[in-house]
Amino acid sequence: MAAAAPAASSASAALGLTLRKLFHRKLVLAGAVALVALVLLALFAPLVSPYDPTALKVLERLKAPSMLHWFGTDEFGRDIFTRVVVGARYSLTIGILTVAIATVAGTLLGLCAGYFRRLDTPIMRLVDAMMAFPDILLAIALMATLGASLFNVVLALAIVYTPRIARIVRASTLVVRELLFVEAARALGVSTGRILFRHILLNTTSPILVQSTFIFAYAILAEAGLSFLGVGVPPEIPTWGTMVAAGQQFADNAFWVVLYPGLAIMIAALSLQMVGDGLRDLLDPRLRKSL
Amino acid sequence: MSIHSLNAAARTAPAASAAEALLEVRGLRTEFRTDAGTVTALHGVDFSVAPGETLALVGESGSGKSVTSFSIMGLLPKPAGRIAGGEIRFRTHDGGVVDLARADDAQLRTLRGRELAMIFQEPMTSLNPVLPVGEQIADAVRLHLGVDRKAALARALEMLELVEIPAAKQRLREYPHQMSGGMRQRVMIALALSCEPRLLIADEPTTALDVTIQAQILVLMRKLQHEFGMGILFITHNLGVVAETAQRVAVMYAGRIVETGSVREVFKAPRHPYTRGLMDCLPANALRDQAGHPQRLNAIPGQVAAPNRQPPGCAFAPRCAYAEARCNAAVPALETVAEGHATRCLRWSSLP
Amino acid sequence: MLRYLLSRLAGMLAVLLIVAVLVFLLTRLAPGDPAALMLGDQATLEDIAQLRAVYGLDQPLPLQFVYWLWEVLQGNLGQSIFLQQPVTAALAERAEPTFFLTLFSVTIASAIGIPCGVVSAVWRGRATDQAFTGIAMLGASIPSFWFGLILIQIFAVKLGWFPVAGYGDPDVPLAERLWHLVLPSCVLGILNSALIIRFTRASMLDVLGEDYVRTARAMGHSERIVVLRHALRNALIPVITVVGLTAALLIGGAVVTETVFGLPGVGNLVVSAVLRRDYPVIQGALLAIAAVYVLINLVIDLLYRVADPRVRF
Repeated sequence: MAAAAPAASSASAALGLTLRKLFHRKLVLAGAVALVALVLLALFAPLVSPYDPTALKVLERLKAPSMLHWFGTDEFGRDIFTRVVVGARYSLTIGILTVAIATVAGTLLGLCAGYFRRLDTPIMRLVDAMMAFPDILLAIALMATLGASLFNVVLALAIVYTPRIARIVRASTLVVRELLFVEAARALGVSTGRILFRHILLNTTSPILVQSTFIFAYAILAEAGLSFLGVGVPPEIPTWGTMVAAGQQFADNAFWVVLYPGLAIMIAALSLQMVGDGLRDLLDPRLRKSL
Repeated sequence: MSIHSLNAAARTAPAASAAEALLEVRGLRTEFRTDAGTVTALHGVDFSVAPGETLALVGESGSGKSVTSFSIMGLLPKPAGRIAGGEIRFRTHDGGVVDLARADDAQLRTLRGRELAMIFQEPMTSLNPVLPVGEQIADAVRLHLGVDRKAALARALEMLELVEIPAAKQRLREYPHQMSGGMRQRVMIALALSCEPRLLIADEPTTALDVTIQAQILVLMRKLQHEFGMGILFITHNLGVVAETAQRVAVMYAGRIVETGSVREVFKAPRHPYTRGLMDCLPANALRDQAGHPQRLNAIPGQVAAPNRQPPGCAFAPRCAYAEARCNAAVPALETVAEGHATRCLRWSSLP
Repeated sequence: MLRYLLSRLAGMLAVLLIVAVLVFLLTRLAPGDPAALMLGDQATLEDIAQLRAVYGLDQPLPLQFVYWLWEVLQGNLGQSIFLQQPVTAALAERAEPTFFLTLFSVTIASAIGIPCGVVSAVWRGRATDQAFTGIAMLGASIPSFWFGLILIQIFAVKLGWFPVAGYGDPDVPLAERLWHLVLPSCVLGILNSALIIRFTRASMLDVLGEDYVRTARAMGHSERIVVLRHALRNALIPVITVVGLTAALLIGGAVVTETVFGLPGVGNLVVSAVLRRDYPVIQGALLAIAAVYVLINLVIDLLYRVADPRVRF
């Protein structure tokens, strides 16, 4: 415990410096700005656009982008800009929930595998087996079992990305476990749970944070992929993926129907990766090599 | 420079005079650009190496020894490091003189390996792991001597035999990882000398090796120096090695030469407290101290100040037992103690 | 060598066994009775019960698993519910487009990724490096189906250079079938080059900092020789892993692209099976894909050892 206190205070001091350095880099700054803009748009969606994202207006169907409809209208005459903004709510929420569940589950698994020698082999074999499937394929198979729904997409993606976090946490735990202050804490009779959460977890936050940022990006892309294939979010919910999927058949004559939701996916994923890249450079230069 | 350096003092001194020097470094200043601003690593370094002579450049890590060698080779990390001033006059095989400090990359490339070569501290990592050692030597031979592959490999074999590698013919096709550290350093030497350079820079070539292997390598280098007649700039932190290899020594501290002279003279009567400190670190000297009482090994207290936090005066003053107020006023000049022996200490004459 | 190979094979089998358990559970935990599904809406309870007995579905789960595994080990992945053919036959039919798509995509990805990564590392910090790093990040952010739709619009619909979708019948010449793969290969090649660029760059940066690169410079070799002869060979050794992994993941992971371009590949088979709840196909395809993945991993490992003289068995 004594070791953790100064670590925490110096960590907060370091955080200030880190943030300042982070925003010195234009790329990271651009990513962060884009991300904040997306989140604000999603939060204040009804204020941003006067249109109803669901009301059908057959007369307005498939109108090209104009001053009235910035991104044009879809096959039901709905304003695409409005739907992209509303879609941000769903897509970003799915991303955040996926990351949250995967991070918690992966961290628990990784800590156990790394700290308790007896659990290491079974957990890591399971992780290896799960990683023997391409991400999207495992997600599809899980969706087949779980059934198509918004929450099941989150659950399936969280299961898919949990092994990634588990691997990283296990690797860090193995290293930290051997460090002196953990030995000292153990010698002082600090309980195992306390050692795991206060000492080891505190020291593995950076790689978890970095990986989570990337998983956020992958989750948004994967959700779009699942929904596009028709095994993800039900088509009536406007995520960016379902919008591209529904618009596909009109792409020949009204390409804007698929263009803008796709751009939104790309911008969200790109800005997340920019931020993640900057975080990686700053928090843990050693991670650069391992990608 | 040519006429004046021919005076009597210069000729009688063990130091190489400018006229015949193989390498003459004058006022060398090297800087590094870092996040914290520009850092000066070398503040005007002067020394020279005569053909066939060995000059030992001695100092702790951080003193600027390696920066000096990389400045000469033109291998400073780019774009952070650069030579900001001074000259590095080098006499080539054909007798011409090149200023390496101002030579461009293309010119340096034709000189490196052919006219001046370098061996490094880490024999374990200094050879390419995916190329057989014979190939690595042959590559350099083909590049500089313009012979065909067969002749280059023959030369490589000849070099491996010269550095006394047993079963050289078989070793030619082996990879570095199949050899021991001492063996790899022999290969490094074979590589460096394959094109008969005039100057060999040896950057702590024995530091990473076992003591017995160290001695073998030093003997080998001495033998090859006789055979090839090249000048050697021998960089080390180990005064014990200096006594065995060099005729002259230059002691570096915080980017400056603080004492220079013949090895015999400097070892007999060091005129700089830092040199003394280094000598006291030698185990033999610690035992022999004062009235024959065995003493503990001496160490110089403190450490070299970071290059960007140098004191205004003598850089060694903060660690020096003899420092007085005037030492901190300005950087002392290099004063002549005796012929060919100079020190950068204000108090050299009053040192006990 | 043999010992190493045996221990690797043992590890491989352990992972595959867990994969088999996962695949089995995944389909058995799904809602709905496979027997009822097979027989359709008109089936009576007795029919269903009879079929359950035929397929051993009335046995306890562990026993069912053992039966299933026993069949799998004999090369029998079961019968598709909808395709009127064995799962192995369905997979074999779909293997060709997937194989070539993977091959072309990995080739394109490497052809883009390795040179760009090398250039990026050699000129690190310069505009070119930043541009390539940016492009790599962009490549990893573009949804493949969307990129596919864009390429279809431009090169198939507007310019008419390539077919919009499909693969062509087995009786048309192979070249004509492969022509269908150009656009999808470009999609996957370009997008997957992102990781290879980044990895090559990182690996090259590591190697350029090595002592032996300094030695090569100290011997007067030109920057071109230093990079291409002395650094690249070392830097490419870890890149083998990424290229191999990319190939392994594309075997089943090209699902979305296969769907966009209407290619009858393995990924497409899985998606249609999921949509139709054709569990034997899902099971069989997943198992086959994971097995290929594990096998490719083993090959990568062996290649790695061949490429790096330091590693010997």
